[in-house]
Amino acid sequence: MELSGAEIVVQALKDEGVEFIFGYPGGAVLHIYDALFGQEDVKHVLVRHEQGATHMADGYARATGKPGVVLATSGPGATNLVTGIATAYMDSIPMVVLTGQVPTPVIGSDAFQECDTVGITRPCVKHNFLVKDRRKLAETIKKAFHIATTGRPGPVLVDIPKDITDPNVKIPYHYPETISLRSYKPKVKGNPRQIKKAAELILQARRPMIYAGGGVILGEAATELTEFTRLLGFPITLTLMGLGGYPGTDRQFLGMLGMHGTYEANMAMHECDVLIAIGARFDDRVTGKLDEFCPYAKIIHIDVDPASIAKNVPVDVPIVGQVKPVLADLIAELKASGKKPDADALAAWWQQIERWRAVDCLRYDRESPLIKPQYVIEQLWEATRGEAYVTSDVGQHQMWVAQYYKFDRPRRWINSGGLGTMGFGMPAAIGVKLAHPDSDVICVTGEASIQMCIQELSTALQYKTPIKIVNLNNRYMGMVRQWQEFTYESRYSHSYMDTIPDFVRLAEAYGHVGMRIEKPEDVRPALDEALKMKDRLVFLDFITDRTENVYPMVEAGKAQHEMRLPPWINVDRELA
Amino acid sequence: MRHIISLLLENEAGALARVAGLFAARGYNIEALTVAPTEDPTVSRMTIVTRGDERIIEQITKQLNKLIDVIKLLDISGADHIERELMLLKVRTHNGHDREEIKRLSDIFRGRIIDVTARSYVIEMTGDSAKLDAFLANLAPSQIIEVVRSGPTGILRGERGLHL
Repeated sequence: MELSGAEIVVQALKDEGVEFIFGYPGGAVLHIYDALFGQEDVKHVLVRHEQGATHMADGYARATGKPGVVLATSGPGATNLVTGIATAYMDSIPMVVLTGQVPTPVIGSDAFQECDTVGITRPCVKHNFLVKDRRKLAETIKKAFHIATTGRPGPVLVDIPKDITDPNVKIPYHYPETISLRSYKPKVKGNPRQIKKAAELILQARRPMIYAGGGVILGEAATELTEFTRLLGFPITLTLMGLGGYPGTDRQFLGMLGMHGTYEANMAMHECDVLIAIGARFDDRVTGKLDEFCPYAKIIHIDVDPASIAKNVPVDVPIVGQVKPVLADLIAELKASGKKPDADALAAWWQQIERWRAVDCLRYDRESPLIKPQYVIEQLWEATRGEAYVTSDVGQHQMWVAQYYKFDRPRRWINSGGLGTMGFGMPAAIGVKLAHPDSDVICVTGEASIQMCIQELSTALQYKTPIKIVNLNNRYMGMVRQWQEFTYESRYSHSYMDTIPDFVRLAEAYGHVGMRIEKPEDVRPALDEALKMKDRLVFLDFITDRTENVYPMVEAGKAQHEMRLPPWINVDRELA
Repeated sequence: MRHIISLLLENEAGALARVAGLFAARGYNIEALTVAPTEDPTVSRMTIVTRGDERIIEQITKQLNKLIDVIKLLDISGADHIERELMLLKVRTHNGHDREEIKRLSDIFRGRIIDVTARSYVIEMTGDSAKLDAFLANLAPSQIIEVVRSGPTGILRGERGLHL
């Protein structure tokens, strides 16, 4: 089969089984767009801004486990992708990004819409390529998918100069089924000796704690994690990225940990004697002050990325490997030993944990005449029976979802954890909805975040993705306001907007349904009504209590057990 | 502590930028860096001299290993190794005394004078970095016109080696 470079790109995507490509045309990719024309195998989603394309591809990838694919032109097309690529990179999301480049002979001459895309994106991709020889195009695309989806996943960019895709030059096409790179051989299985050591340490634990993260989701290891946790009867906490990796409604689950984690999760972390870290990377939002992190614990760390191990915190038993096979081996090792951890010590540990849990740190004022944001999330959880795909933007609303929407299954909670990208939620929800058209897909956002990628409301109409937008509108950049209240004596410097659009009319202008909800008693009926409108995007604008804060909070520089609880909870009295 | 990390990496455009970018982005110290293709033209050998405590060096080697272009690496300073650096040095020789004295000093350090004019020498010298430092310390700053140092390269002693 003889194909042009442009046809090779499209055929390679077909051979890779790509369902959707999120993109925006422009000069340097016009040959590729011409090759996309009239074929139905790879469905192109035309976005309104290239950043939206990356977030849609990202949402699609997080919800399915398959790589998201993006196409953009050179220059501004490529630079507009950077935020979305960096977002995917920080959360290890598999993504393949194809960009057009100016023709090879003019590279370096400051040609129209030229930029050094490979140079600009180098620090925020797992790897990138500039294709200078069309005979290497198919192989390079194969390499990109291979690198993006194996080991610790991440975005890979392929920059393709326009002359490489010239429709008039045809060459034989061959797409390799598999590929092997001598410089890239990610580990799968864990070292058996280390697994044995981990099992021994686990069996000696008296105050054990399991701390699992996004690696469980990415590594499809929720089943193994659940079996492991139940086999041992240990308490478990999850990071923001790990939510759904273990059932959120289960008694052994102590809630999320970290800066806005629960009292019981953070206290159990601080007091534990054996910490089993699984696919988590000891992020600063989790550890708080490093010197006082888990001071009594021996630490086992399972991670596919050796560089994540002992990066921030020294580790006693490192295990490099994919979470799924390592957990399976560890379970087998524990079962084969015929031993169990000390039951009395574990019972005493659970008693202590239950006392912490009884503090009920997430309680809030349910009598308020104003809409409490926590209440909206609780009602959303009930109205969707906890089964929706929920995306979020970044800020207070994101934390409230993490705290109050109890995810029982992996890949349902989709948010920008590492980079913290405002503007992520709505385009991500569009990507999720394309992947799961029959499921409820909700974007929880705030009036500040939603305005950062608002133009994608138009994409949502064109591709009939009837997501539901839950806007927690407190007329503030809530998380900024909260930090200013706590650490800048309530000097609210530029954390509010004097002008906010009428979101109901805005939604209508884009061809959708808008609703404004101002009273607590209207929250649930509005949600129910919106969820019934299966084929319409509904923008629910909830006017919430302006001054609500996210609690508990481990303020910057504090240790994980030094939490700020809401003013209405007195821990000493609760524990007495 | 000073460490010498030897790498084999794909001889691809941008590979050097990836390594240099990694050091810049993560705030690692880079004292010297040399790179050239090996007997296999698809593979380059790079030698990096860096400083840091054990934890930082561990992170540096792990992060380097993560780069897709890096095939293999070894911290050779942890083993019995040989280190060599090439220096080309241009000095002023305005009078007979200087000419005599610098020639003598260069002989002691096993340097070779490879260019001579009425008013200058170019000296070629190899050795570990400390030896080159010592030679320079014996010259007055006013005598030195130009110093060109390659940065250290290194190799393990014995049969063991870093190869594909």
